[in-house]
Formats: sequence, structure tokens, C-alpha cells
Amino acid sequence: MTKNYKEIMNRQVEIIKKSVGLDYSKYEIEGIAFDYEKMMEEAGYSIQEIQKIQKETGVGNTPLVELKNINKLIKKLSKPGKGARIFIKDEQTNPSGSFKDRRASISVYRAKEMGYKGVIAATSGNYGAAVASQAAKRGLKSIIVQECFDSRGVGQPEILEKERSCAAYGSEVIQVSVGPELFYYTLLLLDETGYFDASLYSPFAIAGIETLGWEIAHQSKEIIGKFPDVVVSTHAGGGLTTGTARGLKKAGANSTKIIGASIDLRRLHMASDKDFNRKFFTTGHTGFGIPFAVFPDRSDVPRNAARVLRYMDRYVLVTQGEVFYMTELLAKLEGLQRGPAGNTSLAAAFALAKEMNENETIVVNETEYTGAGKLPSAQLTFAKENGIKIIIGDPIKDDKPGENIVIPQNPSQIDYIEIPMTQLKESYIKQLFKRLSKKELSQKEKKFIAEDIRENLEFLEKLIEKIKEESE
Amino acid sequence: MNAHKGDWVQIHFIALKPEERSPHLPEDTKKVPFEIRIKGFLEEGKAQIGDTVTIKTPIGRLVKGTLEKINPKYEHNFGDPIPELLKINKDDLLDGDKDD
Repeated sequence: MTKNYKEIMNRQVEIIKKSVGLDYSKYEIEGIAFDYEKMMEEAGYSIQEIQKIQKETGVGNTPLVELKNINKLIKKLSKPGKGARIFIKDEQTNPSGSFKDRRASISVYRAKEMGYKGVIAATSGNYGAAVASQAAKRGLKSIIVQECFDSRGVGQPEILEKERSCAAYGSEVIQVSVGPELFYYTLLLLDETGYFDASLYSPFAIAGIETLGWEIAHQSKEIIGKFPDVVVSTHAGGGLTTGTARGLKKAGANSTKIIGASIDLRRLHMASDKDFNRKFFTTGHTGFGIPFAVFPDRSDVPRNAARVLRYMDRYVLVTQGEVFYMTELLAKLEGLQRGPAGNTSLAAAFALAKEMNENETIVVNETEYTGAGKLPSAQLTFAKENGIKIIIGDPIKDDKPGENIVIPQNPSQIDYIEIPMTQLKESYIKQLFKRLSKKELSQKEKKFIAEDIRENLEFLEKLIEKIKEESE
Repeated sequence: MNAHKGDWVQIHFIALKPEERSPHLPEDTKKVPFEIRIKGFLEEGKAQIGDTVTIKTPIGRLVKGTLEKINPKYEHNFGDPIPELLKINKDDLLDGDKDD
């Protein structure tokens, strides 16, 4: 069997088709356009079916908890009449310790149902542990491929912790060095084993998260008497935000605003051997957040079911130092040791709450388990070993990813950087033109793009005009 | 130190040499190979670090590589206490403005 890079990549479509067990061609319309809703409806499952599948393996029904002491602090830092209440959806109570169990539960169920002997997932994070855990529960084998170390053989503590966790669930863990060839090696393994591709971006994986949005809507109604005004989710590949938003809508929470939050690592190159160990969050950062928002079909399936521009109302960034600080606040004030990635949305929520009215509510839609390697102490010790300065200062003004981590002097400094949605929508069009070398779009394609960025045709036409004028 | 059949070990191998890698890479990554590490049970009767060996992974796959570690340790840990974070104090945060 060939292991040649080009030959394997050339067989990508064939390998993926066999390993996802889904005929994506059924949903193709024309060129860029495909029927997203039809794909989600036919290939996914209904909320009731998902709840049943998840109940079988102990996934979901996690608590929604008010952060009373943090909310007291927010009130103290806000102007009169301001300071929204924050509630947190405690997803670490899922079997492997994160919301990713929801995603994995459906993929693994599907694999079992279709008669696959095992599942493969390429991930350095919580999804690997979730797939490993769900596979164990359903009696399937699992291989987890993780981008783990640089050319010195040095690995991120957070990723090493996930390796330990996946190994505990009985997985074969394949640790690869920095680079996009993680995908090549995954294809090679799918081809060799004939296992199911438990992609993060299949309709099953996204459908699995819909129960998260559904539960938030129903629990909010029960506890506060209304749907939340805002749900903030940590945004990486887009699945969490997409699935949550879809679930909220299915529960009738149509006016809840969806805000995505990522850690600002815009100065670091994600495929760089040197930069790899100069970032201290391995997910929930701009290295995934921006590319997946503006060109979702870069994933390991032909059509990505995670399409955040359809759902996200605002996109904000926070810094590494702010997230470490919030992780401490959550532990010290609320008795909840969680993190690190889930606390990205918490840091954003803290800043946003100060601007909102006191009768409004924000739900931070996830927490994750923590432990050796995933703690601020582990990550910051590792940062120091890699020549990064830890300073106390203004977490946004002084922040230089790859050079320093700035811990706020006090909580009033916790703020966010707004990335205008129009900027993301413009990038989406530019990426389409660039990657597909297109000059003109058909009416069907325009209709699809307008839906994909949640705008009308008139807005889209104007945006295309503007981009064309600028490029001339 | 020798490893024996059935010992839990780690192997290492180069999956792609620098010239075989993806054409779209940053300069620093282009220069280095694409490497892989996997853990499993040693198939050989006896082997030393540096030998080419075969392992059986926890799911039963056989993989060949260079023996790198025997009973590899989990080396990640809780890290050192971080003074910049230890300064965050519950009383300061909740007590409000005190003049003392």
C-alpha cells in the first residue's frame, strides 16, 4: 500500500466517501452551492433521537449554574443599572469531561450502526478523549491522531494530558509533529483500517451538539423564566457555536444572541514548527476561529456542517492572560476548577456583562475538565521554559502572543476586541474567489452564499462589487 | 537496558522526509521531517533503544519503528506555582474598596 503524500491526497475523495458512509453528492446544487438544511435533516438526527442516543451513554443533561460571586463582582465593576447575570453550562460533567461527548456520541453510534469496527479522529484535544470514551462504551476500537510535538520532540502539556486520557480509554494514540500532514496520515490510517471517520465536521457531529442549545433554552426558561439574552461560546472550528445555535432555535429561542469568542493568537502561524510551542491554548483560538469561519469547507469532509456565519451575531477576542485570570476567578470565587478552553467564553462574558443591563442574562455555554497539563500552572510553567515572559499589566494593550502573557492587574481590565462580522463575511467571499479561482458566480451560488453569511442578495452583490473594485 | 516481548514501549519513525512534505508550509516547518510516535507492546523477544522493532498497539495494529522509550513516563505535570496568579485574592475581589 502506497504511503506517498501526493498519491494519498489524490485519493482523498474516495477514502473519505468510504469512511464517512455518506453520499455528499446528494446535496450538491451547483458549484459552491449545496443544500445545507437538507443535509442536516437527512444525514443528522432529530433532537429526540439524539437525546435517546446520548442518554444510552450518559451524555448530556448537564447543570446550568449561576455564577453568583462572579456576578457580584461584575455588579461592583459596572455602572448603575448595568451588569448582566452569567450562568455557566457545566459540560465537564459529561463522561470524558467536555461537550465533545455530545459530538462523539452520535458519530460513534453511527459508526456502530453502519457496522464499522472502529473509529478514527484527528484531534489534539477533548474530542479525542470523547471519541475514545464513546468508542469504549459501544465496543468499538479507536485511533486518535494528535499534532503533539515540535521538531525538538517537545510536546504541549495540554496535548500530553489528552494523550494520557485517550490511552486510558484504550485508544491507539498516534502523535505527530507539527504540520497539516496530520490529515494525510489520518487518510492513510482510514485507508488501511477501513474504520469510520469520526470527523468533527460531519452532520452527525454537529447534530450531537444541538441538545446543548436545546438544554440551555429549556433550563434558562425553568431557572430564570425566560430564554437567555446572550449565549457566548468558545469558537474554534465552529461546531460548538453552530450546533448550539441550531438547538436554541429548535427550542424556540430565536432572539437569543449568539456571540463567539476566541483567544487572540493572530501573530502566530499555526503550521510553524517554532510557533507551535509559543501558544498556550491548543484550541479556542484565532488559528482555528478565523479560517474555519471564513472558509468552512477546508475540513476533512466534502461539506462542513459547522458553518458559524449562518449563526454568529458577534465575534470577540480575548487574550491568553485574561483567560488564565478568569480560570483563577472561577476556581477562587465559584469553587469550580475548570478549563482552560471553556474559560475563553467566560472571559468574554465577563467583559460583555459589564455593558449589558442588569436584568439581562448571559449563558457561557461550556466548561471542560482540567488536570495536570491543562492547568494555568502547567501551561505558564511551560511558557516560561519556552522563553515567554509572564507579566502583570494591561491584558489587551500589552499582549504580544509568542512573546508574553499578560495577567490583568485587576478584573476591571478584562475586556474584549471586537471583530466586525462584515469583515469576516468579506473574507469569506475573498477566500472563495482565491481558492476556487472564480471570477463570476451563478444565481444559485449567490443564493447559497447569501444564506451562508446570513445576508440578503442585495448586500452580497454590493460586497462582491466592493471586493472586485479593490482587487482591480 | 533491554526491552522484552510484551513490554509497553514507544517507537518513533519519520513518515515524510522534508522533501516529501506538503508544498504549503512555513519555512521553518519545511526544513524538518514529519515525525510520528506511537506506544504499544513490543513484539520482538528482546530489543534495545535504537533498534528497529514492531509493536502491537492497544487496538491490535502492528507498526514498525525505532525503539525510543521503554515503559514511557507521563512527563507532563501540574507545573510550578505561578506567583502572578497566586496574587489573585478572593477577599480583595469581593470586599470592595477598603482604606487600610
